[in-house]
Amino acid sequence: MNCPEAIDLMGDAIDACLPSTFQASFDDHMAECSSCRTYLEHLRLTRQALQSLPRGTETSSHRKELIQKFSEEFDRTRD
Amino acid sequence: MPESFDRTDKVLVDRLRSGDELAFAALVDGLHSRLRALARTFTSSPSLAEDIVQETWLAVIRGLRGFENRSTLRTWIFSILVRRAKTLTAREARWVKVSIPQEDGEPPIEWEPGRGRLGLWDERPVPWGLEDPAAVFQTRETLEVVKNAVARLPDMQRRVVFLRDIEDVSAADVCNLLDLGETNQRVLLHRGRARVRRALDRYLRDGAERQVRSAESTTNAAGAYSEPSSIRPLHQGRGT
Repeated sequence: MNCPEAIDLMGDAIDACLPSTFQASFDDHMAECSSCRTYLEHLRLTRQALQSLPRGTETSSHRKELIQKFSEEFDRTRD
Repeated sequence: MPESFDRTDKVLVDRLRSGDELAFAALVDGLHSRLRALARTFTSSPSLAEDIVQETWLAVIRGLRGFENRSTLRTWIFSILVRRAKTLTAREARWVKVSIPQEDGEPPIEWEPGRGRLGLWDERPVPWGLEDPAAVFQTRETLEVVKNAVARLPDMQRRVVFLRDIEDVSAADVCNLLDLGETNQRVLLHRGRARVRRALDRYLRDGAERQVRSAESTTNAAGAYSEPSSIRPLHQGRGT
């Protein structure tokens, strides 16, 4: 396996879903290529950075209206 | 595999269907910002994004009884949002099912695992040498770098990265949500991550040089990161 071939599989590798047919040759390439090891680590860290982006906490400016609508919808069906 | 409807979801859906206002309020509070962030991957207009989310909530209220537990509640709500977003943005600019080469200006590819079609890095990667990546990723500057990099991704890459990595939606569900083939989904995700990596790489290597420089002199080089922060921010705060 060469570097471009290994790069194709890196997404699967970091998502832990590398097809088993490629596992051995992928591991072999990683063992011998420091650039690919670094790149894979970068992609892993990139995903970690994306996962650690804070999620906003703002709620809807129509919150009251939505709860009202929700109540109406479910009150109506109870009648 | 699509994420399955689980026990937590079942409890919540039962509460919602019984008309539990508190459960609904908690759902709105918990998801609203995230829905708006997803809506913003379809439009650069904050007000249109708000409209998309508002219509989504109304459709959720109307549709809850018909929700069939075939996906998680969140994925179901996301799918409603994507449909609304397509409809509403079609009025703004016609929704075009974008193919990868058109979107990226990169040559078309036929991807097969391990065939070497995604391309190499542009520079040989150098280790970042982060002792505590989690701590680094919590710093305001790094968060800005990541947010801006995501905001600058081409639309489909941004949607896929947002859903896969920020919202942690499964590959299969992302394919369904965005009407993508598995191969396209992989390629878009890889390219999106690769671009965000490039932005982090520039920032982290620049930061390392900066530390060396500031150790040499007492000059404060803080704030040297100069990429614009105003381009389609992912989570837009009020009044910014």
